[in-house]
Amino acid sequence: MPEPLTPATPAELAEAVRSHPRVLAVGARTKPRLSQVPGDVALLSTRALRGIVEYEPEEFTFTALAGTPVREIAQALAEKGQYLPFDPLWLESGATLGGTVCAGTSGPGRFRFGGVRDFILGVRFVDGLGRLLRMGGKVVKNCAGFDLPKFLVGSLGRYGALAEVTFKVFPAPAARLTLKLKASGAEAAARVLTEAAASRWECEALDFLPDGRSVGLRLAGPATALEAVSREILARWPGQVLSPGEAQTIWTELREMRWAHAGGALVKVAITPNVIAALCTAVESLDSTRLHISAGGNVGFVSLSTGIPPAALQERLRGLGLPAVTLCGNAPLWCGARATPAIAGAVKQALDPQGRFPSTED
Amino acid sequence: MAEALHRLAALVPDGRLLTRPEQLAAYESDALTAFRSRPLAIAIPETTDEVVALVRFCHQEHLPFVARGSGTSLSGGSLPVSDGIVIALNRLTRIRRLDPIQRIAVVEPGVVNTQVSAAAAPHRLHYAPDPSSALICTIGGNVAFNSGGAHCLKYGMTANHILGIKAVLPTGEVVEWGGPSREQIGPDWCGLFTGSEGLFGIALEITLQLLPRAECFHTVLAGYRTLEQAGDAVSAVVASGLLPGALEIMDALALEAAVAAVHAEYPPGCEAVLIVELEGTREAVAADRVRLDAIIAASKPVEMRPARDAEERLAIWKGRKSAFSAVGRLSPDFIVQDGVVPRRRLGEALRRIGEMARETGLRVANVFHAGDGNLHPLILFDGRQPGALERSEALAGRILKLCIEMGGSITGEHGVGVEKLAYLPAMYNAEEMDCMLRLRAAFDPLGIANPGKKFPRAGAPALQQRGLHPLEKAGVISRE
Repeated sequence: MPEPLTPATPAELAEAVRSHPRVLAVGARTKPRLSQVPGDVALLSTRALRGIVEYEPEEFTFTALAGTPVREIAQALAEKGQYLPFDPLWLESGATLGGTVCAGTSGPGRFRFGGVRDFILGVRFVDGLGRLLRMGGKVVKNCAGFDLPKFLVGSLGRYGALAEVTFKVFPAPAARLTLKLKASGAEAAARVLTEAAASRWECEALDFLPDGRSVGLRLAGPATALEAVSREILARWPGQVLSPGEAQTIWTELREMRWAHAGGALVKVAITPNVIAALCTAVESLDSTRLHISAGGNVGFVSLSTGIPPAALQERLRGLGLPAVTLCGNAPLWCGARATPAIAGAVKQALDPQGRFPSTED
Repeated sequence: MAEALHRLAALVPDGRLLTRPEQLAAYESDALTAFRSRPLAIAIPETTDEVVALVRFCHQEHLPFVARGSGTSLSGGSLPVSDGIVIALNRLTRIRRLDPIQRIAVVEPGVVNTQVSAAAAPHRLHYAPDPSSALICTIGGNVAFNSGGAHCLKYGMTANHILGIKAVLPTGEVVEWGGPSREQIGPDWCGLFTGSEGLFGIALEITLQLLPRAECFHTVLAGYRTLEQAGDAVSAVVASGLLPGALEIMDALALEAAVAAVHAEYPPGCEAVLIVELEGTREAVAADRVRLDAIIAASKPVEMRPARDAEERLAIWKGRKSAFSAVGRLSPDFIVQDGVVPRRRLGEALRRIGEMARETGLRVANVFHAGDGNLHPLILFDGRQPGALERSEALAGRILKLCIEMGGSITGEHGVGVEKLAYLPAMYNAEEMDCMLRLRAAFDPLGIANPGKKFPRAGAPALQQRGLHPLEKAGVISRE
């Protein structure tokens, strides 16, 4: 097999793509299901393709190579009082920037200002013809050309290999405060989520926790404001303000997926608050299944224990009409409702005419 | 062709196919009045099924079509093509669903931008993107051109608020992407479609995210002796860690126009006015306004005017949002530019635009979204003077090249349209252009959807307009 499989520059990545008939770029493989592809596909590691290329704090933007661990970026941003508002997942586990874009995964903080798709500005990527192309821009506002950077969010590397990504960032809030609210079951939790989401409080994160009994609500802003707002929230629902240590434990646990079954399937489901109860009921019938509802009830992460046949989950999600993608473990890649319009094939053909990257079905 | 038009008329009965010259005249131009082109016919569908039938007809007949909302495109995005039809979407105005629990609205493409927020207002929700034309522009047009507005730094552009799109593609295929959830599974098709300038088809039903209206605002207007001082104030605000909802600057000429048009009042003797707006909970705004006011006070303004109530805030915004049309009163014709530069180079960009304007002998008014580096130089000219339009376009071209040189973009929110056709290849190399053309061909193998926008089209270019808008010539509208 031609070498090298660990390109260190965008040009080397393009060369590596060109020298393999079938290829997929992988980062730290924190979402291993996404790179579980047929054996004839060469896996290109982006571990050497790392580093921050440009960071201009006054522009609210940075550009980094695709294999850069998100943790490194978060540290560089924090030194300048900035952050990635979508709360990247698997941060401490080593997730890369490119992997985060291709998987389209955002953490609890995406509730306030949006997810990966809302902060990506530009990319350099290698298409199926082996060409290194720049799309989008490096400024916070740009609408010249087609928005391929957004399209590549959630594209699983099936349309091209990311070399470099430019993101918008925000100044970090002065303070944060987490409340743990009691919610007796899914329906009660859904009511808390929807009421808090529509409130004046401007919550930063709003999650129904995997314990099935509580809602984690995070506020961000000037410290004095958070105290006043939290008193109002605790007058509305029973609960408590968590100490900074407790709060960090909760959010880290969620961000790093430590609540999930080790080795079992982990499935991301796009939902709305009104299906939370139905989703809970559907997964409760699958023995020992765990569920984390994030982003104010807009995404569910379902964790199956290894003994549960994934087809059972797929069947239930399809029954509810919910689209889903498997991130970890042994379950069908598209684990929920799915439509495959003709245009999907035509766009795949346009960007990858020789089928160099895995099919969207693999 | 007459036979084809006859069959077309059957798809939109009751006289909703316009073919008479005086009917076509009203559609010859959009807000980029320097260009005009007369289409073969205007089809006015009343249902999304009729839109699908029209597009399928066009596909079958290889007939080019241009979708049009309110025709407010500043880049000529809805300029008709002479060998095709216009599909006017103004009658598709239903808000099909407004769900305050999920905080979404599902709308037809002809719904006017501000009507969404008006419908959501009883639930204390709103639709965030607010282009200056929000009172008349449609959501379909906003989607096609990924419209911006004054609040993009914090809230993003149209694409950031689109959750789902049902669209008819130029092949006649009807697709549904995304849905009511704020999260997506698989590639972001809605993101790709948004900003495709009508080249990927027509959105039939759009799911918008609604946000809770901010509880409290703090809007400050500050006047400065020089543009540079206003720019420095922006840098200081950005460096402070505050995240304002809006950061806007108007220069002396733009101020003069706003005063004349809407009787806006600004501190006398100012070369620039800065508008900064904080928003959030009352507690957060109370804490942040102290910091903001201190930063502005330290930036040595001639005068600083915080809005004391909602009325004063609206007055500040009215002056800002009327600036384009107000500048129109200063001059018979003008071109609005939409380049973006890195924020730290705003001062340099403005100085060089000023120098170029002086060299060319043209007046340029500047209104811009300082928070995101999005410039809107308005080049004033008199189209009746021989060569004036050409000189203005040459200046506009130099400004765009300047933006590219500085690492920015030729368009922040108006799109490429026909206006910036020549400049897209300056931002993207031949292979990148080829990639985009391959994508376009995937969506539209026949090249019938809004041809000649974003990418040049072989064949007859649009006629260029000199002097008055065709409707003014016809006595239908006037500028007083």
